[in-house]
This record gives sequence, structure tokens and C-alpha cells, in this order.
Amino acid sequence: MITTAALGRLLILGALLVSTAGAFLGFASGAKRSEEGLRWSRRLAYAFGALMLVATLVMEHALLRHDFSVSYVAHVGSRDVPVWVTIVSLWSSLEGSILFWGLVLGLYIAAATRFTSRGNEEAMPYAIGTWLACGSFFSFLIAGPANPFLTMSPAPLDGPGPNPLLQNHVLMVAHPPLLYLGYVGMTIPFGFAVAALLRGKIGPTLVRAMRNSLLLSWIFLSIAIMLGGWWAYEVLGWGGYWAWDPVENASLLPWLTATAALHSAMVMQRRGVLKGWTLTLVLSSFLLTILGTFMTRSGVFNSVHSFTQSAIGPTILVFLAAVLIGSVTLLALRIDTLESEGRIDAPVSREGTFLLNNLLLVLFTFTVLVGTVFPLVVEAVNGKQMSVGRPYFDSMVVPMGVALLFLLGIGPALPWGRASREEIRRALLPPLAGGIALLVVGVIFGARNPWTIVTLFAGGYALQVTLVQLAKLRHSRRSFGAYVIHVGVAIAIVAIAISSTMRTQREVMLQQGQSATIGAYTVTFNGTEERSEPHRTSSVARIAVAKDGRAVTTLEPRMNQYEMMREPIGTPDVHSTIGGDLYISIVSLEANRAGLLLIVTPLVSWIWIAVLLMAAGGFIALVQFPRFAAKTAAKSLVEAKATP
Amino acid sequence: MKPNLSASDVMRRRTRRFVVLALAVAALAFLAIAAGGINDNLVYYWTPTDLRAAGNKAYGATIRLGGMVSAGSIRHHSGTTGVEFDVKDANAIVRVKSSGVPPQMFRDNIGVVVEETMTRSGTFECHRLMVSHNNEYKAPQAGQHPTNGKELEKLMRTTEGL
Repeated sequence: MITTAALGRLLILGALLVSTAGAFLGFASGAKRSEEGLRWSRRLAYAFGALMLVATLVMEHALLRHDFSVSYVAHVGSRDVPVWVTIVSLWSSLEGSILFWGLVLGLYIAAATRFTSRGNEEAMPYAIGTWLACGSFFSFLIAGPANPFLTMSPAPLDGPGPNPLLQNHVLMVAHPPLLYLGYVGMTIPFGFAVAALLRGKIGPTLVRAMRNSLLLSWIFLSIAIMLGGWWAYEVLGWGGYWAWDPVENASLLPWLTATAALHSAMVMQRRGVLKGWTLTLVLSSFLLTILGTFMTRSGVFNSVHSFTQSAIGPTILVFLAAVLIGSVTLLALRIDTLESEGRIDAPVSREGTFLLNNLLLVLFTFTVLVGTVFPLVVEAVNGKQMSVGRPYFDSMVVPMGVALLFLLGIGPALPWGRASREEIRRALLPPLAGGIALLVVGVIFGARNPWTIVTLFAGGYALQVTLVQLAKLRHSRRSFGAYVIHVGVAIAIVAIAISSTMRTQREVMLQQGQSATIGAYTVTFNGTEERSEPHRTSSVARIAVAKDGRAVTTLEPRMNQYEMMREPIGTPDVHSTIGGDLYISIVSLEANRAGLLLIVTPLVSWIWIAVLLMAAGGFIALVQFPRFAAKTAAKSLVEAKATP
Repeated sequence: MKPNLSASDVMRRRTRRFVVLALAVAALAFLAIAAGGINDNLVYYWTPTDLRAAGNKAYGATIRLGGMVSAGSIRHHSGTTGVEFDVKDANAIVRVKSSGVPPQMFRDNIGVVVEETMTRSGTFECHRLMVSHNNEYKAPQAGQHPTNGKELEKLMRTTEGL
């Protein structure tokens, strides 16, 4: 009778074998143009996905059955936690989350092999080879340094349960899977980019496959970044959603380069230029996901998210180095094979703003990357510990964000190619109305910070341009989706500017029955209540909230005491409205006395709404609805005839 | 190189050279700004011993000072939310004046990290006071004091809210 742990190890070894074989076969059949080889590498890709799926199911089964003879279950499982916590334990700690990575990778590879092959027969073997090479690395990681399927003998009777910070909020169910869908998804466009470079050719079907897969992971990554910020806001208790924490930066970096790549790919499709540049951005996005994994999973930064220290770090670092060297070599050797078919005629044109957008996004990436990695380099060189303070990021990134928002307004207003002075004037002048309107509204509501005022103007300008484009839309589903994304981006940037410069906060110490006011709100501390759940006990501060004298709600910020933790964890409570949030977090709590942090922040909810809008726009651009399908097919037939 | 270049080719080359040059200048300017920005916004992780050793450099620099709250040193200000206490490691003690409500776990002999700067009056003033929040599952142990460098390093990195 084979044990669960041994079965898991066997499946992972199978995945390692299949992916390694498939990687070699893929590259070999690409070079030899063997159809038989392609068929077999596709089969191996499906097999890899299936093996990863079964291995993950085995782990979930062990978690649910509390089979503590499996090392990962012994590490994060507990009989006391609710079932949902047990299920999501899969990604609550290092080994499990790497296994989950393997699963997502397997499913992505299988799906990409199935759905993008048509029209890409020549590039496919290289792409599958690249994907399976990544699969081979991650199976190696799961089989070796991060093995969750070790046998525990004797098996313990109970485990400690997953990290309490992660049990503390339901958002932890959604944030990691989406982040992984975004991160791992970058492997697919990476594979297409490698294939394009190896073949020295990138045709329309390959561009489409690369763009779609990039857009898909961009959507997931956008939602994941937003959920991470939301989680920090709802759980960590300092009232903010973004702190330029290395782990947050790690998720933002590939998002920035992917955003740049999505735009430059559009110029590539339209004008036949920027091929090498687009591929470089796609390669960079993948590299940055690996760098992000290294930063979050190796414990080099011990921030809120980095819970572990192990031998996994060096292994990922070697992989990162290998991919980096491979990518640079490939680019250096093959970039000349991709010939430009056209060129950019006028700087003041749609494609000109695309170029500027790319430049800004790359600068943005560099700024964040430098600020994130700098302390690591200093520590490696002279052992001194330091971090780069928040003002660095804010002062560097705010002007770039505002400039990007301006471009988001100007770009879509301008026509493709050369335009006359008169056309340019007619395109750029009317939206000034929208900009001034939003600026005036903002100032009436109390905006005084100069950057906020500039942001309001740029946001209003961009919204008018985008909404006008949406209204006169006869063009494709793809640009419709893109403009919906743009609306989301404009709203998000404005909401971020307002919420970060116009919040008020105060710390108060309240006896039972005492009240304090902040903004229009009056909060009254009505005493402390003890509550007990199987996995934790909580001290809850009951706080009545009134707005302009009328009772609105009761907020219950709490201190949660988990069995295995020495110190309790505070959880804030938030009263969200469409205009702004009242946020209360506990600083100290006794039976009849509470130290509270009160924060009123305008428009926070709009950030979450805006990102969901962006995701929706992404899906509109991505998914082939039947009604649009016929139109697009007809159009691409025309395109195909036009290009010899 | 081909001998007979058309006028548009020459123009194109000139434009390209100009673009490359402009990009190089922009990149250099950007690097200078970034380097300056980083330099002005470094946050140092120091122990009381490091702080004493730094002398004048400690005034005005943004510092995260990590150590133990010295037993019996906590003074609450009546009427306000602030608190004063000593932070110590094995070799040095620093007086700290904090302006906010101290967190729940704040007490004698607990690891803390305070962020802000040293003043010439000899006290360390801070707006952020954070209590060590170890993520590892350890049973409470009496007399566990992180006072050496390695331990303090770990403390500073496991403090919630940093």
C-alpha cells in the first residue's frame, strides 16, 4: 500500500520526467520541423498538466483528511480551523504555494497548447519547449528543495494551522490564486517570444497569440495587485493600501512592463515596427515575475508577506540568472532577424504617444526596481541594513503617473500617422473642458495639493477623450475593451491621488461611553466583548458610528488571539461608502478603555471599482463573443488580403 | 556602406543619431535624479549601539531604531497619548519620546522598533512605534531578550507595520 506522501512524490517525479523530455523534444522538433515531434511534445504538455493537477488533488485530499504523515499538512494543517481555511492552506505556506504554481503552470501550458496552435504550427514546438523547460524547473523545485510531500514519521496528531495573518481575512482565498494566475501566465507570452526570436519571424497569428496570453495574465495580475492592496487595507490596520513594500513592488513590476508590451504590440501590429522592443518587454515581464518570486519566496526581504527562509532562494536565483543570460543572448543574436516593415512618421501621432507611454512605463519600472533592489545590494556589499523610504517612491512615481494619465488622454485623441496642425488642434482642444470641469469639482470639495489638482485635470481630460471614443464606437470589440480599461485607469489614478492626499486621521483614547469626532462622523465606544471561535478568541470593541447626528452603523474592530501565536492580531473595521471610508483600528484595548486609530479617507472604494472595470475591459477585449466573431473574422480576411 | 545615400536616408540617420543622443541624456538625467532621491530617503536600521557610534550623523537622518524596552522606564504623559521610555541593547541605552498611542503589546522588556530621528536634546523622537510581532509559532519564554546584533536584525524584520 503506497502512502499519500509517496504517491505525491511519484506524481511530481513523473511531471519532472515528462516536462524535461517534452522540452528537449520541443526544441529538437522545432529545429528539424518534425510534425511527429510536435505531436508528441503536445501530448507531453497535456501529460504535464494532468500530472500537476492530480498531484495538487492528492495534496488537497491529504489536507482535508488531516493526514499529518504528509510534511506539508503537518506544517500548516490543523484540526481546529474551518474547512475553507484548510482548503486554502494549499497556498498559505511556501512548499504548497510552489506546488500550486506548478498546477497553474500545468493548466496554462495545456490550455495554450490546445487553443493557440492553429496557424502557429512552426512556432509551436519552440513555445512548447520553452514552457515545458519552465515546467521542468518548477517540478525540480517541488521534487527537491520545496518538497511538500515528505513523509512524517511518526505522524503528529495535530498541526499548528496556517499563518494567522493569512487566516485573518477571506481575501486571502482570492489574492494568491489570482496573483499566481497573473504571474505564471507570463510564461505563455514568454514562450511565444522565445519562439519568435528562434524562428526570426513573427507573423500576425503569433502576435495575436502572444498578445492575448499577455492580456490574460495582465488582467489577473491587475486584480491580484488590487486585492493585495485591499487585503493590506482591511487587515494590517494602518489605514493604507500601498506602502511600496518589496512584495507589493514585486507584483507591480511585471504589470508595468506587460502594460508597456500590450501597447507596443499594438504599434507592431499596425505599423510593423518595434518588433524587437516588444519581444524585449515580454521577456522582461517574465524575468520580473521570476525576480518577484525570488524576492517573495526566498526571505531576502522579511516583510509582511515573506514568511520563510530556505534553500529555495538560491535555486530560484540560479534559474533567474539562466533565464536572464538566455534571454539577453537570444536577443543579441536574433534581434536583427526581425525586420521592420515600416516606420514611425510623425512624433505627434497616436504611435508617437505609444512610444512615450512605453518610455514612461519603462522608467517607472526602473524607478521601482532600483528602490526595491538597492537595499539588497548595499547589504550584500557592506552588510549595512537599510531600506529606501516611501518619499523616494512617491516623489519619483507621482510625476510619471500623472504624465501617463495625460498621455492616456492625448493618445487616443490623436489619429494614427501624420496629421495636420488643424486636425491636431481639433482633437486636443475640446477635452480641456472635461479637465477643467473635474478640476473645479475637486477644488470645491477641498482638493488643495498641487499634484492632486494636476491629476484631476489630467483625469478629466482623459475621461472626456475616452468616453467620446466609447460613444462613437463603431470599431472593434478590442478597442471597446481597451477604452473601458482606460476609463478604469483614469478613475483609479484620480481615486489614488484623492485618497492619499485628502485623508484625515487621529488617535484617541476612549473610556466606555465616551465619544470622539472625525470629519462628519461621531464614534462612541460602547465597551469590549469577548468572543470565542474554535480557532481563535477575539476581543471586540463595539463602536457606534453616527454621521451628522444620525446613527449609521456599528463597527467592530477586534484583536484576534490565535492559539499558536504569542501576540494577538488586530483587525480593523471599515464603514465604506461611495464617497469615502471611515476606518477604525485598535491600538490598545482593555475592558473599558480603547486606544483607537480613526481615519476618514475619501474615494477609496473607487480604486477597487476602477480595477474591476479594468479587468472587465480586458475580458471584453479578450473573449470572442459570437456576435463580434463574425465581424472580426470578415475583417481579418480583409487584412489578410491586404498584406501579401 | 553604400556610396550613394539618398537624402531621406541621411535624414533618417541624423534623426536616429539625435534620438539615441537624446535618450542617453535623458537616461543619465534620470539616473542622477533617482540616485539623489534614494540618497535623501534612506532609512537606516540601527541598534542603540550603532546610534551612539554614529555620533552627529544620527541627527536628522531617518532611522529605525530597534531594541528592548528597558524595564521600569516607561512614563505615560498624563492627558496626552504620548509615552517616553528607554530602548536598550547589550551596550547602549537611548531615551525615546513617542507621540502616538502605544500599541496593545507595548510593555517592559519587549522588542520594539521606533522610526524617526535623533534630536540634539538627546532623546529619540518618533511617530511610529512598533512592537515585535514574531510570525513564528513560539511558546512564550521567560527572559527571552534579543540583545545581540543578529537577534535584533531578525526583530527589525519581523516587526509588523514596517
